Amino acid sequence: MLRILHQIFRTGIVTEPLAPEEEKSVELVGERLEEAVRKVFEGSLTIRMVDAGSCNACELEIHALNNPIYNCERFGITFTASPRFADMLLVTGPVAGNMEVALKRAYDAMPPPKLVVAVGGCAYDGGIFGKSYASKGGVASVLPVSAYIHGCPPTPAAILTGILAAIGSKR
Amino acid sequence: MTMSNILAMLVSALGAQNAAQEPYSGAPALRVPAALFVRAAELLKSADSRLCAEWAADDTAFGRSFSVWAAYNRGAEYIVVTSDLPKDAPSFPTLTKHYVAAYRFERQIMGLMGVKADGHPDMRPWIKHEDWPADAYPLRKSFDAAVALPRVEGRYEWIKANGEGVFEIPVGPVHAGIIEPGHFRFQAVGERILNLEEKLGYVHKGIEKRFESLSWEEGARLAGRISGDTTVAHALAYSLAVENAAGFFAPVRAAWVRALLLERERMCNHLADLAAICNDVSFTFGYYQFGLLREKLLRTNHRLFGHRLMMDRVMPGGVSVDITDGGEGEIIAETGELMEEYERLINIYDDNPSLKDRLYGSGALSPAKAKDMGVVGIAGRASGQEVDARRQYPFLPYDAVIPKSIVLRSGDAHARAWVRIEEVRDSARLSLELLQKMPQGKIFATPPALVPDAKGFSAVEGWRGEIICWVHAGPGGKPNRCMVRDPSAVNWLALEQSVKEDMVPDFPLVNKSFNNSYSGNDL
Repeated sequence: MLRILHQIFRTGIVTEPLAPEEEKSVELVGERLEEAVRKVFEGSLTIRMVDAGSCNACELEIHALNNPIYNCERFGITFTASPRFADMLLVTGPVAGNMEVALKRAYDAMPPPKLVVAVGGCAYDGGIFGKSYASKGGVASVLPVSAYIHGCPPTPAAILTGILAAIGSKR
Repeated sequence: MTMSNILAMLVSALGAQNAAQEPYSGAPALRVPAALFVRAAELLKSADSRLCAEWAADDTAFGRSFSVWAAYNRGAEYIVVTSDLPKDAPSFPTLTKHYVAAYRFERQIMGLMGVKADGHPDMRPWIKHEDWPADAYPLRKSFDAAVALPRVEGRYEWIKANGEGVFEIPVGPVHAGIIEPGHFRFQAVGERILNLEEKLGYVHKGIEKRFESLSWEEGARLAGRISGDTTVAHALAYSLAVENAAGFFAPVRAAWVRALLLERERMCNHLADLAAICNDVSFTFGYYQFGLLREKLLRTNHRLFGHRLMMDRVMPGGVSVDITDGGEGEIIAETGELMEEYERLINIYDDNPSLKDRLYGSGALSPAKAKDMGVVGIAGRASGQEVDARRQYPFLPYDAVIPKSIVLRSGDAHARAWVRIEEVRDSARLSLELLQKMPQGKIFATPPALVPDAKGFSAVEGWRGEIICWVHAGPGGKPNRCMVRDPSAVNWLALEQSVKEDMVPDFPLVNKSFNNSYSGNDL
């Protein structure tokens, strides 16, 4: 136990502020949230993440949001297992034909406002997988998208910035 | 029947007239009559060889029919056996009677290529879901990949269990965490798992077919996205296969840079898995600390190589990034600091009774079962299998910088974690040795164009395990077929077997200890 405590003190606080240049990876589309809703989400946002056909690189970088450097919980952001509790659906990958039904079901199970944020180049336009018998292309071919976070994969800082931008956070 | 050389054994047992040697391109290849394809498997099985991969190709562009292929390994020897199939009804006798691993390879061949494995015990398509038209065979040349598939009514027949108190737990495809999708169906009594059946294919995005519409150069980018966590190893396997098909060697320094990237990828992923294993047993201290070490490596990757995961840095012909003197110094300094921190954490990890309580004995896969299924990589080595393509298929520079053999026998979640722990140490050592001995020279040379009908084979030890890649050039030298076998395509079978009689709540931990790829499996 002492060794654990010692290591925790040695490590200290490593969380970093977000750099403003990360905003260049973010593209907002569609309507913005009402002010009252925005204020609620600013301190407490619950996300359901769905991999609709990704190569897993975007998942690695979304995972990193939980590490002490990006520490998404400082913004009140948590990931939930159930879409029923989710304010935002974070989608990666081209939409694989075999995942289309499951993705729509996750979306249908969410309460309003059903924000959808598409992460990565594949979620934008299918990326290198394109559109084919097995891939529907970008997420917008299946769901209404509120924001795109570009990159292959986008960095954790870009993803965090994009999530905050999608809810209109002033941070 | 053991002979020093399985190739010579096969030729002598089948008769030279029945075993025509193909030109060498990464591994020796034998062409045998279709009637002897299964006989070859039987002979190889009795000679203690492992079935690594099995696939079919559509050779109609050459005026031929379909062909079936199988790659085997024993010790340092890989060989490929192929048969041309009859035009009217392409089929071959199943290898499942001899090799368990053939079970899914052949379901996939039947579903996606429409070539039948006669006598296969399970005719349900694999990867191809029940709502696809039955006659859609995307890997055939006659199939237009650009056309969207209509969705049809279909039903997947799950394995059922009956009896008092038996119930079923369906999980997925959307899982609880930030993780890839797949479906697990448990048959359980109380907390005890009677059977687990996996249904995968949810992230099938037509990768193998996609290769056929790209150039060999573009293909490297796609290979780097077969499984994003294994981008270096997959791009390397692809590049080696293409280079072997061209009869070309990348510049020596490029091979050394590739190995350095490969070992860094191994360290990053093992650290991530150790973090995730700690998280799954609620040891959040370990989760954050290992995660921090991984993040440090990724940031150095970004600084030195321009990409955190090192995507698109390996391609046929070499690499796109070199190690500068400054970069070398940075890696040496970082590795030193990292390993010091790492050893402190491993001391804490090894001294934690609650970790041991969860990990020891969970998801145990016996060496006998692992051998039977041909389990590879970390999961294989945790179950007593001496399998490491860096040692057995020593592509440059692993003939000069030799990885340590790390093999445990208990086959449980603990062993799989501990193999990773040792491999992080070994990859750190290898990285330093690679930097120290790295030869000077060019890092890229354009490979010659592939001639029609050229074939290339490769095996690369990614962080999960052995990746097999096989490429075939069509008329005009363009890609005709690109087969990828991620280690997960074998190791998913091992997960099913390892959790029998375990508790349902231990499954997430056992699953994490394998950490199989969905995308690499589904392609």
